[in-house]
Amino acid sequence: MAERSFAREVEDLRLGDGDTFRGEGILAITKALLQSGVAYVGGYQGSPISHLMDVLADAKDVLDDLGVVFQSSANEAAAAAMLSASVMYPLRGAVAWKSTVGTNVASDALANLASGGVTGGTMVIVGEDYGEGSSIMQERTHAFAMKSQMWLLDPRPDHECIVNLIEKGFELSEVSNTPVMLEVRVRACHMHGSFACKDNVKPAHTIKDALNNPKRDVGRIVLPPAAYEHEQEKIKTRLPAAIGFIRDNKLNEWMGPQQGKVGIIMQGGMYNNVIRALQYLGLSDAYGNTQIPLYIMNVTYPVIDAEVAEFCLDKDAVLIVEEGQPEYLEQAINTVLRRKDIQARVHGKDVLPMGGDYTAQVLLGGVREFLEKTEPRLLGNRPPAPDAAPVLNHPAIEKLKQVVPARPPGLCTGCPERPIFAAMKLVEEELGQHHVSADIGCHLFSILPPFNIGATTMGFGLGPASTSAFNVKADKRSIAVMGDGGFWHNGLTSGIGNAVFNKHDGVFVIVDNYYTSATGGQDILSSRAANKRRKTNNSIVQAVKGIGGQWVRQIDRTYDVGRMRDTLKEALTTKDEGPKVIVASSECMLNKQRRVKPQINKAIKDGVRTVKERFGVDEDVCTGDHACIRLSGCPSLSVKQLDDPLRDDPVAAIDNSCVGCGNCGEVAEAAVLCPSFYRADVIHNPSRWDKFKSKVAMSVIGWLQRRRDRQRPPLEALA
Amino acid sequence: MRDETVRLALPAAGDATERPISIAIVAMGGQGGGVLTDWIVQLAENHGWVAQSTSVPGVAQRTGATIYYIEAMPPAGGRKPILSLMPTPGDVDVVMAAEFIEAGRSILRGLVTPERTTLIASNHRSFAIGEKIVPGNGIADKGAVTGAIGVAAKTEIIFDLNALAIAHGSVISAAMFGALAAAGVLPFSRESYLDVIRAGEKGAKASIRTFEAAFDRVQAGPSDVAAPAQPAETDARSSPTPADPQLAALVARLTQELPGPVQAMARAGLRKVVDFQDVAYGAEYLDILGTVCTADRNSGGTERGYAFTQAAAKHLANAMSYDDVIRVADLKTRSSRRTRIERELELSQDQVLQTTEFMHPRMEEVMGMLPASFGRWLGTRPRLLGWLDRRVNRGRRVRTYSLPWFLALYVVGGLRGMRRRSLRHAVETAHRDRWLKQAIDAVGINYQLGVEILQCRRLVKGYSDTHSRGLSKFDRTLATIKLVERRDDAADWARRLREAALKDGPGKELDGVIQTIKSFA
Repeated sequence: MAERSFAREVEDLRLGDGDTFRGEGILAITKALLQSGVAYVGGYQGSPISHLMDVLADAKDVLDDLGVVFQSSANEAAAAAMLSASVMYPLRGAVAWKSTVGTNVASDALANLASGGVTGGTMVIVGEDYGEGSSIMQERTHAFAMKSQMWLLDPRPDHECIVNLIEKGFELSEVSNTPVMLEVRVRACHMHGSFACKDNVKPAHTIKDALNNPKRDVGRIVLPPAAYEHEQEKIKTRLPAAIGFIRDNKLNEWMGPQQGKVGIIMQGGMYNNVIRALQYLGLSDAYGNTQIPLYIMNVTYPVIDAEVAEFCLDKDAVLIVEEGQPEYLEQAINTVLRRKDIQARVHGKDVLPMGGDYTAQVLLGGVREFLEKTEPRLLGNRPPAPDAAPVLNHPAIEKLKQVVPARPPGLCTGCPERPIFAAMKLVEEELGQHHVSADIGCHLFSILPPFNIGATTMGFGLGPASTSAFNVKADKRSIAVMGDGGFWHNGLTSGIGNAVFNKHDGVFVIVDNYYTSATGGQDILSSRAANKRRKTNNSIVQAVKGIGGQWVRQIDRTYDVGRMRDTLKEALTTKDEGPKVIVASSECMLNKQRRVKPQINKAIKDGVRTVKERFGVDEDVCTGDHACIRLSGCPSLSVKQLDDPLRDDPVAAIDNSCVGCGNCGEVAEAAVLCPSFYRADVIHNPSRWDKFKSKVAMSVIGWLQRRRDRQRPPLEALA
Repeated sequence: MRDETVRLALPAAGDATERPISIAIVAMGGQGGGVLTDWIVQLAENHGWVAQSTSVPGVAQRTGATIYYIEAMPPAGGRKPILSLMPTPGDVDVVMAAEFIEAGRSILRGLVTPERTTLIASNHRSFAIGEKIVPGNGIADKGAVTGAIGVAAKTEIIFDLNALAIAHGSVISAAMFGALAAAGVLPFSRESYLDVIRAGEKGAKASIRTFEAAFDRVQAGPSDVAAPAQPAETDARSSPTPADPQLAALVARLTQELPGPVQAMARAGLRKVVDFQDVAYGAEYLDILGTVCTADRNSGGTERGYAFTQAAAKHLANAMSYDDVIRVADLKTRSSRRTRIERELELSQDQVLQTTEFMHPRMEEVMGMLPASFGRWLGTRPRLLGWLDRRVNRGRRVRTYSLPWFLALYVVGGLRGMRRRSLRHAVETAHRDRWLKQAIDAVGINYQLGVEILQCRRLVKGYSDTHSRGLSKFDRTLATIKLVERRDDAADWARRLREAALKDGPGKELDGVIQTIKSFA
């Protein structure tokens, strides 16, 4: 079950001729695939393309009606390999993932696919996670497209344009026998917009047809001598075919006046912000009526030499707006102009920053500098552009800079991974610091305060493998952390199998929260929910043992901090050889709450006896040291300032978002912290026995309390 | 640009054309920023406008700071406007902040500027992890945000939108939507906002109530009744006299013996120590405070507002009411405690409450309760002690309101009669006296240093391991102060030591300052 239900969005997939789609960009892309007659779709979740996977997972009926096969692939390599269905058969297929990380994983299959070429149209949708808010290394997918020769589409951030380019992209792929990549940036994926729908198209040739009529052609397989022929084919046949199609169908756009001494060449994705920058300079209106000629590359690879030459021919200078580094387009365009001896000067990374988001503000600066250098008359009397600098330099704001704390992401309220790291922290206090390799997933938040655990992260599922060098006898052992998502993605073989085979003496903690939680709570092999369309409930422990793991411990309630700590200590100190694998399992609290909350509310409403738990802090027992917070970081465990002149420091406080996971109590107990935490159990619809027991106990307790209250000196008057 | 470029007085190349209305919502993941964004988009679309929203959920959805951005504008002659995907500093019409520090962050990002921006912000706080983990007080200064808003915003609408939403049974997004409607920045009627909420099925009623309350609150402006000012100094003479004659005598003594400025603090301190032990203990508190006050007077404290006695009144009370097992058991069994929990949980008649305490007593705590001589004897028998500790030292889940456990706690809570003879009391008293002596010795030579030494008491807190760590920081700080006590800037160093000790748990910062001092002292 994914983090949210996409039942309503699934309805949008049914829209047809005459309807208008309104919604998120990534869902518009999903709809466009169905309009293009795809026969199969696969992929691996991850921001910003998770919603594409989620909505298709919920859209069984729609897909069945169309005869479309959908798979949640094991990883991006598996998804890319799935595209091989289009090598011999005229099947259109699409896969999607987060890039560049997913493309890294998929590269082996992609390179093979691109070498042999395709018969049916194939498209890789990459969510380009670049710039502010990104969770990965800052790289460009562009390089992958160039090295394997796959065409790279980079549409303007406009639903209409994106949808059109997907439909055209499949044709391009077929015409040129080449896989196509469609690159969409994070904001474009989450952008709300609209487009006029078309009916969905049933695939002309289905997967079933292909299975029943198998074909083979050894010339499509990457082995000498075919591999050399593929290279020649790429150069002599496929590239010219693609260039012809792109020109004939005007995939790249020309906007603004025909004539002009200067012009701007840009990636399609940069268009909106370029227009805004031009608007600030008085060179465009809000509707894109620009006074400067624009050449918009909705296809950024291949560069269409003839179009570039034509655009630059009568110009003194052009500006290339290309986000990220290296400046592949700028280099390519320079080559085109030199070869054709066109004298237009090329500006780009000289006036724009080499790296980072090209925001409207950044582009404003770059375009202005470009025009100052080349055609200052266009800038007119230089109307004032928006500028926050005067405010930001004000002393009151300078002072604010010292005050505003960072707000890094962290584990959710009640997260089952928190007690694992609390236990690791306790072990650290006892046995000293260890080398810890982290992995990709929610558990990576352990590297941030309050835990500060984890030295490196080398990629999804590669936490264990990244300790493999530390395979020597020493006073301390290496620790690797990996999630269940990473485990099934590749960690079983690259991490555990590798450690078993090489007799690595390290400790391997597998964090099992029943879903790939960080990407939105999708099901995986070891998910414990019943899933009609997938086979879940496959045990991680069995898999580890199956691959040869001997020392394996299953902890089925991560909140048992004491046990977690003792197991970790045992793993770090035992004389047993080979990898020490700890599988720590508890359900992702975000998913659990979504599942359980309605059930509990219904039970209470129906009069069923229900116990609701939450934690609290006795503020007069708490001394305000916050050691508990340093071992937790739970959003619901905060501090509050008391109205007591004798107390300088705020005390711990738990707000009503607490889900009663138990971590606070367990940590206080295991770390011997302080007795200020309590768990309050409220019995809704108590049984008669509950009521009777409570009544008897409370009448005695009440009497005792009144007795002692009477003995106490009356202090109210001193308040 | 080349130097010889001639700047001509040319007219603007084109009209500075109309730009879309831009709205940035700054929030933390999980605050409902997405819902608010969808509402605003729907509102604009209902009026035939083109609206575009973007967000970067990514990892920020897990409680990190995040931003949603909306642009909207009517189409012209069938042409759709080209809308930007992120806010441009200096060009944002409305910034809505779902938390006060996030409002500050939006100002630092340049999103709030005086020519353009209406800032709608909730002034409640949700503390960041960095503010919470400090062993002392790490809470950011709200005043800095207030000051910056005054400079940066064109119009400001600031109040506790979160509290208003909770009071009306909804979440902050509904309150913010109401505030946006009332701000009048968008040319849409109040009714059209409500239509958007009504179209959503879930929780529409509570959302509408909240929307309306926020709308009215903004229209009415800040309430005229200012928050009741903190009573600057309670005048002890006008305060009521306790009915208990012994206690009344103590209060009378306090009023006669202590100077006016310190009486309010001394009353609070007296209350605390009497509550901790008994009236006689209160008398001991006043005795010590009297000695301190004499030293204060002799050191010119009269001109300094008796800062030394003031600090002592506070920290001595804390030192005397140390955290022991008896105190914890007493607090946990009080009727007022149960009442407070019931109130916090909004417990109704037909519900049953039980609480579980997480206690982890060690032999140290048990030893502390024993008579001092017996406890010391036990301390010399490590093997016996270890054997006993293995029996005592483990986590115990205490069901507070089950009879057996309650009785156990009740009995321990009633052991205060034994307390003054206990080992823990002897240790605490000796430690306290050394601290006071060092402070009194210092105050005669360097008044401010004396005050600083008293304030170091703040470092001692917590239980078990936390307590030992705090105590060790305290001891190291006082020992280091001794190294510099003859210097003119000793008070300054004492303050730096204390502040460093309160910065992090393990005391790395403190070690740093100690190293610095040792390098020259």
